Amino acid sequence: MKVWTFALSAGVLLAQHSFTRADIEDGSRLYSNTCAACHGANGDRVSGVDLMHGRFRRAATDDGVAAIIQKGIPGTAMPPHALTDFQAGSIVAYLRSVAAEAGSVSGTGDVARGKAIFEGKGACQTCHSVRNSGSLVGPDLTDIGAIRRAPQLERSLLDPDGEILAQNRTYRVVTREGTVITGRLLNHDVFTIQLMDAQGPRSFQKANLKESGFVEKSPMPSYQGKLSAQELADLVSYLVSLKGIQTQ
Amino acid sequence: MIRRTLLLVLIAGSMFAQVSFERILNAAKEPQNWLTYSGGVQSQRHTGLTQITPDNVKNLEQQWVFQARSLEKFEATPLVVDGVMYTVQAPNDIVALDAVSGRVYWVYAYIPSPAARPCCGMINRGLAILGDTLFMGTVDAHLIAVNAKSGRPIWDAKVANAESGYALTHAPLVVKDKVIVGTAGGEYGIRGFIAAYDVKTGKEAWRFYTIPGPGEPGNQTWAGDSWKTGGGSVWVTGSYDPELNLTYWGIGNPGPDWNGDSRPGDNLYSDSVVALDPDTGKLKWYYQFSPHDEFDYDSVQVPVLAEMQWKGSQRKVMMWANRNGMFYVIDRTSGEFLQGKPFAKVNWLTGFDEKGRPMRAPGKTPSTEGTLIYPGNQGATNWYSPSYSPRTGLFYIPTWENTSSIYFKSPVEYVEGRQYTGTFPRMTVSFRGNIQNQITEDEGYGAVHAMDPKTGERKWEFKMADVTESGILTTATDVLFVGGREGNFFALNARNGSMLWKAALGGIIANGTISYSVNGRQYIAVAAGNSLFTFALRQ
Ligand code: HEC
Ligand code: HEC
Repeated sequence: MKVWTFALSAGVLLAQHSFTRADIEDGSRLYSNTCAACHGANGDRVSGVDLMHGRFRRAATDDGVAAIIQKGIPGTAMPPHALTDFQAGSIVAYLRSVAAEAGSVSGTGDVARGKAIFEGKGACQTCHSVRNSGSLVGPDLTDIGAIRRAPQLERSLLDPDGEILAQNRTYRVVTREGTVITGRLLNHDVFTIQLMDAQGPRSFQKANLKESGFVEKSPMPSYQGKLSAQELADLVSYLVSLKGIQTQ
Repeated sequence: MIRRTLLLVLIAGSMFAQVSFERILNAAKEPQNWLTYSGGVQSQRHTGLTQITPDNVKNLEQQWVFQARSLEKFEATPLVVDGVMYTVQAPNDIVALDAVSGRVYWVYAYIPSPAARPCCGMINRGLAILGDTLFMGTVDAHLIAVNAKSGRPIWDAKVANAESGYALTHAPLVVKDKVIVGTAGGEYGIRGFIAAYDVKTGKEAWRFYTIPGPGEPGNQTWAGDSWKTGGGSVWVTGSYDPELNLTYWGIGNPGPDWNGDSRPGDNLYSDSVVALDPDTGKLKWYYQFSPHDEFDYDSVQVPVLAEMQWKGSQRKVMMWANRNGMFYVIDRTSGEFLQGKPFAKVNWLTGFDEKGRPMRAPGKTPSTEGTLIYPGNQGATNWYSPSYSPRTGLFYIPTWENTSSIYFKSPVEYVEGRQYTGTFPRMTVSFRGNIQNQITEDEGYGAVHAMDPKTGERKWEFKMADVTESGILTTATDVLFVGGREGNFFALNARNGSMLWKAALGGIIANGTISYSVNGRQYIAVAAGNSLFTFALRQ
């Protein structure tokens, strides 16, 4: 595991709660759905306000920031939001996690060229879906640009094994009859296992399995050396541009 | 043991086949699945599964429970497709589960705008499916398409303005390549509509206003500008007849609810059923149950379609137990009124004229001093799904018997996005349901009324102490499932109403029971309180 991810993987600890990586992703989604229209993807679009560098003008503590999010700032354009304490906290945790993250991407890319690489040379759709087209084998990337930032995305492409998120882990089962199925682990309990493979979600009774366990290596190939620096930058720019579906 | 292992092997493959519209039309041919809100486009809420019978139903035992992380009422009817169940955790989270183990595959979490203000809870009644796509209406009036395998959104269409009081709460209806929804918000002075969206793109294909605009037939049934704020909401799923190519929808109350002075006239198409061409949204016919309503008698019930011998000839009928206390049989080809009979205590009408227009009882309108009306504001039934069994020929109604309200008339003013209703009537039965039930039988009680549609006579009654918001399911073995506000879930004999089995689920049952089967095992699923319960025969 890479040093850069350590702070994030361990979760962000705020005053009352600790937030897991998945919570921070939810916070990130909430941010892009409810805040980004005014504050921008980088948190600096409202003049004089900078949400992603860890310092706030009107609040000293995380709870203070969460309170601003929930109550708004009367007399300004900052509206109140009907979010629970936990949701507001997860947004703050997201803002903190961005601030804590160092690193920058090598070069600037072109979104259209990146899209062409994604669908062509990179063959990313053999495993990933964007806006309902592609495969279910890997995580859906429709809103990857809303939940990851460029440096993380670049690392995902160069070193897929570096950090695999809990929701993206690959699991393999072998049935009594010898059928082998691998897929992303969705859920499991004492008796059953749920996986997502290319066909969709599937459930297995553990009693009916000969073997089961995590697959250590990511099925995703590293693109180190397979794409030029420019191609990589293009691809990352394309991924950053994927912010989910827009309301029509 | 050998048999069990065999089943488990099969369970391992919850193989997805696309749900074509052909499959939806022929839903009765695959009773193992539950493909639409009401179990099929005819909306009979009747299952062809036969494993559970009057003799063995006492051996039902709980299989799994899904506890929603929501304190709203659980009004959603699940869908089941080839071993995968889809339901909605209120307000708008789609949950996909393994229908055998109840384990969650994924959750699609939708966070509605804080502007959402549905009158009666941040709730949702369910989903529609076509191909690999699920469709959900949201409390902030969006229609969302979600990939049924991955749970990821495909498109998001804004149907109407949540700020103005619009919401979508019912399960959409798919007809061919379109998904049809109607807007709730009848308490906010909306102008309701039904609209169809292209399943692939989410583009609006047509829109039918439930209140005609100037120049359109029916607009003259509204005085002045009252049509602009006349309500006419839609919040329960319609039905479809493929032979006639007509889709049927029930329309809600006119606004303001309890004072009709600003809207003299019949107020079309409030409290009506409309028959629309699903390709164009053009009106083919309508029938109005409660002209110029001042009692909040939304005609938002599921239109139940059946083929029936009617006075000597085979007819395509529609059966309708209305909130206004009357049970109707209508010819669904032409909209002709065939019969209307009370199924509960009613005092606002004296009968029908030869065209089927209700004749009002004198003096039965809201007044400053208050007027006692039966049935009360919540109706003798409401949106709760009825069931029709082609085997018994009976129509089963979730009934509020003996309930009344005192209606007062007071001035009302329209302000956008605010409630536009008048004075809330005085009721003896709580609108939301109390944790302790203290009503007497004279103040009202819940019941299943089994009606013979050919005569309009009641065949039997099953009584509960508290009222019921539960839908009804009948089976091809003549078992009937129903619940009530008191949290009891019952299996009855559909032929005589005798109780065969019960389970205390401890929460309000406010949704329709379904049945499905996976690998030859039949399940019953019903939500109570905040949880969905499933049952199957002990093995
Ligand atoms: C309608 C536009 C709008 C939306 C939506 C919005 N904000 Fe704001 N926000 C503002 C404006 C404008 C200010 C600056 C107010 C001022 O100080 O004059 C602000 C200020 C803030 C501040 C205070 C900054 C500081 O330095 O103290 C925080 C924190 C904040 N917003 C977070 C959020 C979050 C998180 C969301 C989403 C949940 C959000 N905002 C949504 C417009 C908006
Ligand atoms: C052989 C299948 C496969 C191919 C081809 C593939 N990926 Fe992946 N990818 C995966 C899997 C499985 C994961 C989840 C495990 C992991 O993180 O390595 C993943 C993870 C990712 C992630 C991280 C997702 C997250 O939630 O952070 C990104 C970004 C990504 N892939 C982008 C791409 C791009 C861009 C391409 C094409 C250049 C590509 N992948 C090609 C299988 C694949």
